[in-house]
Amino acid sequence: MAGSASEYIQHHLQNLTYGKLPAGYERADGTVVEQAGWTLAQSATEASDMGFMALHIDSLGWSVALGVLFLFFFRMAAKRATSGQPGGLQNFVEVMVEFVDQSVKETFHGKNKVIAPLALTIFCWVFLMNLMDLVPVDFLPQIFHLMGLEYMKVVPTTDVNITLGMSLSVFFLIIYYSLKVKGVGGFLGELTLHPFSSDNLILKILLVPVNLLLEGVSLIAKPISLALRLFGNLYAGELIFILIALLPLWAQWTLSVPWAIFHILVITLQAFIFMMLTIVYLSMAHEDSH
Amino acid sequence: MNINLTMIGQAIAFFIFVVFCMKYVWPPIMAALQERQKKIADGLAASDRAARDLELAQEKSAQELREAKQQAAGLIEQANKRAAAIVEASKDDARKEGEKLIEQAKAEIEQERNQARDALRAEIAAIAVAGAEKILETSVDASKHNEMLEKLAAEL
Repeated sequence: MAGSASEYIQHHLQNLTYGKLPAGYERADGTVVEQAGWTLAQSATEASDMGFMALHIDSLGWSVALGVLFLFFFRMAAKRATSGQPGGLQNFVEVMVEFVDQSVKETFHGKNKVIAPLALTIFCWVFLMNLMDLVPVDFLPQIFHLMGLEYMKVVPTTDVNITLGMSLSVFFLIIYYSLKVKGVGGFLGELTLHPFSSDNLILKILLVPVNLLLEGVSLIAKPISLALRLFGNLYAGELIFILIALLPLWAQWTLSVPWAIFHILVITLQAFIFMMLTIVYLSMAHEDSH
Repeated sequence: MNINLTMIGQAIAFFIFVVFCMKYVWPPIMAALQERQKKIADGLAASDRAARDLELAQEKSAQELREAKQQAAGLIEQANKRAAAIVEASKDDARKEGEKLIEQAKAEIEQERNQARDALRAEIAAIAVAGAEKILETSVDASKHNEMLEKLAAEL
């Protein structure tokens, strides 16, 4: 492990990055890249110099693995689903499905076959990704270190790319359903004619930029807030776990145990909030109230 | 905190997972849930129906019991009447029979009496003749004095 505290923290917050380095780039070990190509980043600087053309293999790998885990169990339960007496797994899955279905029905009154499964996927997947936060911070990175991988961030939701990837998907769904339900005119009208409107045509036209600014900001704010809320909570939680890990061994549990117990609440709540807000946003997209 | 392709990778994974969940996870579970709901509803309805049937059956059995009781009471009454009638009739018969017997006995007695009287009469006539013979010391020609004797016998 790294020597000083700040190096330790930096190291823990660095993703395993696989990206493209330009030709002539001088790497951390002093070698110069002769031809532009894809490679694993050896340092944080390299990772950031890769720019947009890079993948966080750890975040993506863990998130996909957890998503597959979730779908594997739920698919298994769905295959064996019986209307008779349910077994343990089916019971659990049914509880989750009913809980999500209830939440969707309370908020969303339209007819849409996508929203409920979408909400279920979000809740379970985000919960599992958050749950990785409760694995001791050095546990998995140490194992991967022994396997030769320098960096390993095991909590996908502490990576803003992951949360943004999900929230932008939700954002596109919002736009898609807004256009589908209200039509292009209706959607543009919603963006430009509210909240300020007037019976006077000239005044109405004058108010369009103001409305567009307000509604546009509120529209853009949806995915950004969705992503940053989840990311912020989990990133802070992870950071605190890392800080606690810096304490002497005998003192760690006095802080890490209460924080972990508190964090059980946080990770569930954040998964729930992400799901609920998705439902709310999509139900707003379906409402033709204006 | 670098924004990079990871975001797009995550979005693609998200899309695939949601589609998978929508196609292969959600429908079977919801179907099972709805089917169970229906089963439970059916079961409850069936139990309601059974309870109603039971009530009806109980009512019917009570009704039948009442009818049977009435019928039995009717039968008993009829039998009683019949018995009374039979008793009455047999009493009548017995009385008639008794009367007949009495009548018969009376007739018999009368006949006996008449017979006895006739016999007595004949005997008296004989005795009277014998007495008269004794008195007259002659015999009385029965044929000659028959008329007188018969008169005498009739007087007795």
